[in-house]
Formats: sequence, C-alpha cells, structure tokens
Amino acid sequence: MVFLEFEKPLESLYEQLDKIIEVGKEGDINVDPMVKKLERKIKKTQKDIYQNLNGWQRVQLSRHPNRPHTLYYINEICDEFIELHGDRYFSDDKAIVGGLGKIDGQTFVLIGHEKGTNTKLRQYRNFGMANPEGYRKSLRLMKMAEKFGFPVICMIDTMGANPGIEAEERGQAEAIARNMFEMAKLKTQTMCYIIGEGASGGAIGLGIGDRVFMFENTWYSVISPESCSQILWRSWDFKEQAAEALKLTSDHMASFGLIDGIVKEPLGGAHSFPKETAAIFKAHILEESAKLKEKEISVLLNERIEKYSAMGEYLLNPKEAVSAKK
Amino acid sequence: MGWFKRLKEGIQTATSNKKEIPDGIWSKCPSCKEATLTRDLRDNLFVCPHCDHHLRIGSYEYFEILFEDSKYEIHFDDYEAKDMLEFEDLKKYKDRLKDAKEKTKLKDAISVAVGEIAPGQPLVIAAMDFSFIGGSMGSVVGEKISKAIDYSLVNKIPLMIIAKSGGARMMESAFSLMQMAKTSVKLGLLADAKIPYISLMTDPTTGGVTASFAMLGDFNIAEPKALIGFAGPRVIMETIKKELPEGFQSAEFLLEQGFLDFIVHRKDLKLKLQTLLDFFQNKPKSKSPVLDTEVVKAEGK
Repeated sequence: MVFLEFEKPLESLYEQLDKIIEVGKEGDINVDPMVKKLERKIKKTQKDIYQNLNGWQRVQLSRHPNRPHTLYYINEICDEFIELHGDRYFSDDKAIVGGLGKIDGQTFVLIGHEKGTNTKLRQYRNFGMANPEGYRKSLRLMKMAEKFGFPVICMIDTMGANPGIEAEERGQAEAIARNMFEMAKLKTQTMCYIIGEGASGGAIGLGIGDRVFMFENTWYSVISPESCSQILWRSWDFKEQAAEALKLTSDHMASFGLIDGIVKEPLGGAHSFPKETAAIFKAHILEESAKLKEKEISVLLNERIEKYSAMGEYLLNPKEAVSAKK
Repeated sequence: MGWFKRLKEGIQTATSNKKEIPDGIWSKCPSCKEATLTRDLRDNLFVCPHCDHHLRIGSYEYFEILFEDSKYEIHFDDYEAKDMLEFEDLKKYKDRLKDAKEKTKLKDAISVAVGEIAPGQPLVIAAMDFSFIGGSMGSVVGEKISKAIDYSLVNKIPLMIIAKSGGARMMESAFSLMQMAKTSVKLGLLADAKIPYISLMTDPTTGGVTASFAMLGDFNIAEPKALIGFAGPRVIMETIKKELPEGFQSAEFLLEQGFLDFIVHRKDLKLKLQTLLDFFQNKPKSKSPVLDTEVVKAEGK
C-alpha cells in the first residue's frame, strides 16, 4: 500500500493491526477484542480523512498509484472481453484501449484511457496521454457499436491529450473535435465515466454521452491544477490554490449540473477497495444502461443535444442574471 | 487556455470606438519591424506592405473588410460573462472582465454579425477578439456561437467563424470545457441541415478552440503564417525538451499535413468567399431553354 501525506494517520494504524494479527497467530493469544478496537479506529479515521477532502487532495487520490484504471475495471466487470486495436489509418495508440465486452450477458463496447500500473507500463501507455490515433480508434469502435446496436461505455482517466510534435502533425485538435462532433450524433446509448483524471480536451474527447458520471474521488476541468498554476500564477507552486479555484471535484461538477451523477466509492477510496469499487461500477452500468434502453434512440439524441446546448452560465442584459442551467 | 502572453505591439484598436487616425502616426510591423503609416496599414487591410505579415485584427475589422459596403447587423450583443466560480488567481476574474471590457470596449471575446458579402450572398460571421482575455472561450463565446448557428439554421444562411484564440477560458473551468462540447454538438445540427460552415483560422488559434469548432468546418481555411495548434508551442517544448522545427504549427504546416483546405491572403478573402459560397447557389445565369421545356412537360403530366 502507498499512503499519501494526508493518509499517514492510517498507515500506522494498519501497521499496528498487522502486528497484532501476527502476535495472535504466533502466541495463541486471543487478540480479537484488540483487532476489533483497531478496526473501529481505522473506520473512524477513514471517515475523518475521506469525508473532508479538499480539491487538491481529490486530485491526489485520482492519481493514487493503487487506483484502478480502465483495464482493471474491464477485467473485473466483463464476463468476456476482446481488445480491438488500431485506428485503421496510422497505428494503434496505447493510451486508449477499447473492445467488445460482455457484462452480465449483454454486449457493450468499452473504451478508456489506460495509464499503466508500473513504471514500464506507464511509459508504454504514455501515462494515459493519447495521440490522435487513440481518439480515431475510439471513434471507429463507437461507429461499430452504433452499427450493431451495442451501448458504449467510455472511461476517462487522463492528464490531457499528448502534447507532442507527432500529435500536432497528425491533428490532435481535429481528432478531439471530430470525436465530440460524432459522439453527439452516435445512434446508440453512450455513458461516460470519469474514473480518475479528467483534464481538458483529452478528457472531453471521450466525454460526450447520454449520461456522464464522475467517480467520487476524481476531477474534471479545463486544465490541470499544475498547468493552471503555471499560467495564471506564473509558478508551479500554486497547484493547491488552483485546484480550489477551478472547483473541479465531483461534488462541484454535480452541483453545477455539468454531470449527471456521482458514483460513490467505498469509504477509503477506490485505491483501497478496488474490487468493491468495480462491483459498484458494474451495478451502476447495468442500472443506468437499462434506464437508457427504455428510451427511443431519437429521444436520447434530442436529449443529448439539448443537454449540451444548455451548458454555460452568463448574464443576459446584465441587470437580470440568467442561468442557462437545466 | 491562455498559453500566450499578449504582445503589446499587436494592433490594439478599440474596435467599436474607432477614431480617425491622424496622418503621421506610424506602426511598426511586429514581424519585419518596418514602420508604416497606420492609415496606409489600414488601407492595406492591416497586412504589412513590406513583409506581408497579417497583423492581428479584431472582429469589427473583419466585418468592415468582408461585408458589402461595410453594411451589417450585430446580433446577440447582450451577453456578458458571469463569474459563477468566483475565480481568483493573482487577479479576480471579475476584475479581469472589467479591465478587458474597458480596454476593448467589447463585452466578450466574440461578436456575431449578419450581412451580405456580395449582393444576394448573405453570411453569418462570428469573429473572435484576441484582445479580450486572449480570445478565450467561456460560456459567452459558446452561447453566442450556439446562437449564431441557430440563426443560420432558421434563416438558412451559411456560417463562418473566424477563430483567434488562446483556447478555453480557465477562469470558467469546466464551464468553458463544456463549450467545446456545446459548439461541436450544435455544429452537428448545422451539418444535418446541410448549411455550409467555413472555419477561418487566424493568428493564433490554439487549445480548446482548435479542438472544437475551428477544426470542424466544411472548409477549414487560414490566413498565411497563422499559428494553429492544439498544445501551445511552449508547452510542447517544455514536454519534449527540444526546439521545435521551423514553421511548426503554422498555417502552411497544417496545409501540408492535410488539415486545411487552403490558405487565403486577407486581400483575397472576400472574393474567395464569394466564389466559394457561389458553389452553393446553383442559379443559372440565364434561363436555360432545356430546363424550361422540362418544366412544361412535368407540369403537363
């Protein structure tokens, strides 16, 4: 387990717990009451820590080294999954994965950013920063979903689209714009989940759907707190302030009406309880996709267009404030 | 996202409040540093007569250049930005807005006008102003583009958006991010209605603006040498820790890579647009006798 700075109180408790259990095994002593007491203390500490997280702490949790990523969820959730590679034009991007999966006997197209789980894999996945061919691959798979009538699940977890020479040469901006344009018209049910980081164009390039949900300990913003600090404060040192100012947490996003709901993580976060989180995720997908299936595609499309058309807040004839929120 | 520092030496004409410029006032070209009479520069559509550099100009300058007899109607001018996040960095967003409004005499970073670029050739133009917080896209820009699209849809008039922007407006966080979605979604409706959409990219067009409506034109066109890209050059340089190749992210580079239909000199822009839009107005110049007999036949049935 890796413990973040604000999780430190838990680290020593877990250490104590491990020791007591070991002593119990060795010495034939009944340690149950002590274990129970410690477990209660851990629960209470978890409550104290995780129920009062600030913006920057949420950002840190979204990047926690133990936090599950797209492929973990796919493996946990799907009965079967076949990964499909390549955009058919240039290459196979490793930062976006996708394929056909069965969840509870139903076929879905699942797509998501993958960050990798160790140093080597993180490099292989380019830390989840996709090139244009990643977005074009995802669009190819979405079109396949549309053709065969499969619902689409997009999992978003990226620090942003790759800022590189090749990415520009091959049209990063066009790829992201095209994805949004086409996802708005996709004639099948689409659900997007922010499962970790949701930064900027790289995130929203997979983020247009009938329903957009955020996991509890994730963030969604036009820019990462670090880059925001660099640009507006002209220094990397103001990331905490930037994280607060950007109001990027799932609670904020839900209160703004910019997402359709929050997927609650177990107390202690997805990184502490990946299996339980995957189970919650699976149940959520099945419940929400069943609701979407009750509606005609034409109705969904209209609702999708209306939802995005209404996003934004401004003043109209400045004296009377008008909110365009739903 | 404002990846770019505002360059003080760019044209900062207070657009809606333009004054007659007395003779003898000189402007220095930011590219070749040659001085030109400002009046001559304006007569030359703000293109440097020495090096052909296209200076940054505002929305109203484009309206003046493009609309026939400089006649046009401004639409949707009653929108102003709201500080819903109470955003504060080194400066409050509220103050930034106030300063930008005072400096530019504009309400936000985009203006929408409707007029004719030739007799019988109506066009809706939404043009961005870089001088207003780096031409950044917040809720107002998104909504005004959305309204311009609605206007095109209802009146069946082609649309042109002139992009000139550092990207999405950070001070509106996710709200500005969602404007990328909003503008792209709305352009889908225009496409369904088969109404032509021209995207003119000017210096600079980067970030969330490039990655949404700017790249979605039926025709993606650009002014010469305009900087066009997704990530800003500085960000890329910091990431790869290498110098960028000469001409990287220029309009010419994008044309070569296959992302632009053509590059157009500001002096040729109006004529080129007229020719382009004329392809969508298939009216015979004189009555065709063949067509007439066919009509008669059809009516006779």
